[in-house]
Amino acid sequence: MRRRKRERVMKNGPWIKLDNFARSLAPALITLGLILLSVMPTKIPAWSHIAPALVLMSVYYWAIYRPDLLPASAIFVLGLIADILGGAPVGVHAFTLLTAYGLVVSQRRFFHGKSFGVVWWGFMLVAAGVMTLEWLLMSLLVGPGPIDPRPALFSLMLTAVIYPAVAMLFISAHRVLPVSDD
Amino acid sequence: MNDRSSTALRLAQPLRSLAQRSAFMLLLAGAVGLMMWGKTDPQIFERARTAVTDVTAPIMDVLSRPTTAVESVVQEGRDLMQIRAENENLRLANQRLQQWEAVARKLEHENAQLRELLNFQRTDAQRYITGRVIGFGGSFVRALLLNVGGERGVRKGQAAVSGDGLLGRVAEVGDRSARVLLITDLNSRIPVVIEETRVRAILAGDNTMEPRLIYLSANSDLAVGQRVVTSGHGGAFPPGVPVGQVVKVGEAGVRVAPFVNPDRLEFVELMDFGLGGILDDARAESEASMLPAAQAPVEEAPVEEAPVEDAVEAVVSPAATPAATTPAAPTSAVVEATE
Repeated sequence: MRRRKRERVMKNGPWIKLDNFARSLAPALITLGLILLSVMPTKIPAWSHIAPALVLMSVYYWAIYRPDLLPASAIFVLGLIADILGGAPVGVHAFTLLTAYGLVVSQRRFFHGKSFGVVWWGFMLVAAGVMTLEWLLMSLLVGPGPIDPRPALFSLMLTAVIYPAVAMLFISAHRVLPVSDD
Repeated sequence: MNDRSSTALRLAQPLRSLAQRSAFMLLLAGAVGLMMWGKTDPQIFERARTAVTDVTAPIMDVLSRPTTAVESVVQEGRDLMQIRAENENLRLANQRLQQWEAVARKLEHENAQLRELLNFQRTDAQRYITGRVIGFGGSFVRALLLNVGGERGVRKGQAAVSGDGLLGRVAEVGDRSARVLLITDLNSRIPVVIEETRVRAILAGDNTMEPRLIYLSANSDLAVGQRVVTSGHGGAFPPGVPVGQVVKVGEAGVRVAPFVNPDRLEFVELMDFGLGGILDDARAESEASMLPAAQAPVEEAPVEEAPVEDAVEAVVSPAATPAATTPAAPTSAVVEATE
């Protein structure tokens, strides 16, 4: 209780405010960084066929724990950036990420206090849904017919497998974030 | 004081969540709107795209360097392990190349003679622009982002090649960045020809590693191992650029394995042939600049030059760098083979 009060006092200093503001940008900046990373040339054979959905992981994590720091408008803008950099039709990732975000935010209470395994399992479901949605949209917008879904399937598997590793990054970033209001 | 503000907050809560929800729906609708808009007019977002890639190109250029450093270490180890096999391969390759050299010399001589015979005018407007690969496409897009753009003379429709063959074509150009659509991308359609049999076809990407040959005539005798080169139709690419090798012939279609694997490329060369290209605005620009004088000859050109082009192409293609001796295709050949 006392600690809480002290924090409130500290919150009022201008430098503390600035510091808090900078820290609160972390979720958005991490997501942006992952967007850049996901279009980066890795030189790994066939990487572009199996590249994991890194951005989705970030959106998922922050939608559960700190949606106040990564609002829907930020997701929209980040989605557009992902589309523009990746060369996909503009709006596809904005739509898929927003859908995932909306879904997760509405269910976020369920994940609070649950073990990491449950959160991971939830991520697999969301990732499967998002990949399907993305595949559907791309088939509608780009292809003359349905696109071969196999690369997306591999990508989904890899995404599910490496989620814990990437989540470590979010967890360590989560620790330095200013306390949330709710 | 504290109590009152918290009451106010509690009262405002439903309003706030309502506002948030409608904002969310608005954003979602916005995303759908953007998709539809982009679908009806694909050109509309191009400027936005190039603006963003121009800004991010320097950042990605810097960021992509460490991955290159890691790659070179890995490559070093791999090379050491494969040195014996490599040596054997090189010896065989050398033998083969010596044979080819003889053939090439003979053909070069023949080519020169034919050229004289035809009084053929070679255009020397060709040059290469080298760019670093700084980005890839997403999981449903096969594209490369390069760190060179309009400032360095990159134009839409230029062919992107690496030492082994054709990679794709330039689809978007900013000032400092350009996007190359790979031949494996879903949107890619390249007019090609089977080198030995001169059978024409369109190489259509489908996001897999091996694009398909479509619009083949029924009795075209295809076999695994045949080389596929660009045909130069549509004025998109110069003829004779190596593309790949036929790897599958069957009911399910004919598949071509490209000579170049874009996954591990660091540098890409863009060939500037001074061709109009198949992309509308590039063509419009070049036509606008030479409209009054060149209208009539341009119309006739394809018909007259077609056999010539074929002959030269056939003579030139076995050489290792066909580009160096290939003529510029007629500026506006038949455009049946556009996207």
